[in-house]
Amino acid sequence: MTTSTSTTLQPIPGNSLTRFLSDGWVTTWRNLMKIIRVPEILLFSLIQPVMFVLLFTYVFGAAIDIPGDGYTSFLMAGIFAQTVVFGSTYSGSAMAQDLKDGIIDRFRTLPMSGAAVLVGRTNGDLVINTLSMLVMMGTGLLVGWRVNSSPLEFLAGVGLLLLFSYAFSWVMAFLGMSVKSPEIINNASFLVLFPLTFISNAFVPSENLPTPLRVFAEWNPVSALVQSARELFGNVPPGTIVGEAWPAQNPIATVLIGVSVLLVIFVPLCIRKFATISR
Amino acid sequence: MSFIEAIDLVKTYSPKGSPQVRALDGLNLEVQQGSVTALLGPNGAGKTTTVKVLTTLIQPDSGSAFIDGVNVVAEPQAIRRMIGASGQYAAVDQNLTGFENLLMVGKLYHLGTRVARQRATELIELFDLVEAQNRTVKGYSGGMRRRIDLAGALVIRPPVLFLDEPTTGLDPRSRLGLWEVIERLVADGTTVLLTTQYLEEADRLANSISVIDNGQVIAQGTADELKASIGGLRVAVTLVDESQSENARTLLTRFGSGEQAILTGRTLVVPVQDGPHALAAIVSAAAEEGIGLHDAGMRRPTLDDVFLQLTGRSAQTDEAETESAA
Repeated sequence: MTTSTSTTLQPIPGNSLTRFLSDGWVTTWRNLMKIIRVPEILLFSLIQPVMFVLLFTYVFGAAIDIPGDGYTSFLMAGIFAQTVVFGSTYSGSAMAQDLKDGIIDRFRTLPMSGAAVLVGRTNGDLVINTLSMLVMMGTGLLVGWRVNSSPLEFLAGVGLLLLFSYAFSWVMAFLGMSVKSPEIINNASFLVLFPLTFISNAFVPSENLPTPLRVFAEWNPVSALVQSARELFGNVPPGTIVGEAWPAQNPIATVLIGVSVLLVIFVPLCIRKFATISR
Repeated sequence: MSFIEAIDLVKTYSPKGSPQVRALDGLNLEVQQGSVTALLGPNGAGKTTTVKVLTTLIQPDSGSAFIDGVNVVAEPQAIRRMIGASGQYAAVDQNLTGFENLLMVGKLYHLGTRVARQRATELIELFDLVEAQNRTVKGYSGGMRRRIDLAGALVIRPPVLFLDEPTTGLDPRSRLGLWEVIERLVADGTTVLLTTQYLEEADRLANSISVIDNGQVIAQGTADELKASIGGLRVAVTLVDESQSENARTLLTRFGSGEQAILTGRTLVVPVQDGPHALAAIVSAAAEEGIGLHDAGMRRPTLDDVFLQLTGRSAQTDEAETESAA
């Protein structure tokens, strides 16, 4: 048998950190290759936010009167938030699919870092979300959206949106490993994410909502994310009434605390789950 | 100590809404270095669960397992450096090319990019996938996927190879091709533990067979030893009329060496002492009692007879049922 050729098949020297980084890069590469080989995924994840920007601008924009720069400027932060939150669901369905395909079983019989598989997965989402953001920004600028803040604030806003989606990817990855089929993840996450993004200040000012919804919107972490992005992009309409709830008063702190809490809970949960799952 | 040793493995599952399943019920197994051992049994016997425990995919509820003295449960990462595993469903990334799949596995074994590339090239040649190497696996045939998956299990030339139903679902030609690859590996000294529902596969590849049923090993030995253990010649008859099977069974048992004749379909088989004599006696007695026979003959025991004798069921029938149910 030709396996008797002279290649030595010993692991190259490395410590657990370099191994982790290398494994994380290999699995990230794998997920990026998927984006390249199945361009439909990227295409649809780009078309949808563009469609939302255009639909909301021209359908609701005519009916909703926002002081200052108008509805488009108000809307953009909301669309960004909605898109990155939905973008995180890829991690869920992809983990469920990998489990079903048995590729997770393959990874788990290799002497690699299990956490790296999850890092690679969530990194893949981050790339898709970043690309979506760029395309949305382009579309937004075409339909009249303007950033009225310093470049630093702008970058902080973008960073906050991506950070939030990254934390959400870990939640979704955990759910993806907990369900029996990839389809469940898509359907279930829509049930949760639609109310979460719509009962918020993303598309309409929340001060006019009926009281129970208004309270929900004020405490909703998505509202905090949207409000943070509006502040950092300089898109807060003049005369906005900020709710009395602490998250509404301190949106950026709320997002940072929320992200930390999600990561602290779900990163270890995911790693523990991964170490025992098998098809 | 044997090269692979499983001691009293127990694993239970509790599927929702159904009673608890004891997938492994005190399973003991020994595999000698350089041997090919087949775990032979029907679906649900515990074959795959055994392989999953030994390849660190699941933890047993109790019991222990060792490969070359390394504790499978306590030191999974050390085990992963010595094993290759290839499963029933080819565990490959559909969106990567064949070459990229092998390269990825090599990198995840930390061989370094240069060696991982070299090794991927070697394996692509070995498995006759040179022309397909730059196409995504999505377009591969079932047999090609199975080969790339097996190649993935061989990246570090592991001393131990686990093959979980390596040829299930393959057409006869691909099956033969895969058997040849496995035979070459064995000639290289790799220890192989494979699971199969195919008696023919166990007979051809394995030099040791563990018959497994209800989560336990119920017999172990070479194919010849197992056949010898259930006695000598068999008389087998095929009935014209299935409704006469009970009378025919009584008749065959009367002339057999003591054990009940076993009926599968319209065929009855009974172990006998003196073959030619028993055959003649059975044929004439059947004629007297008016039991119509399509054919009657003597044969040496097959692995299927072993299976029938040990479990009261045919391994093949179980498989056919499962396939039609799926």
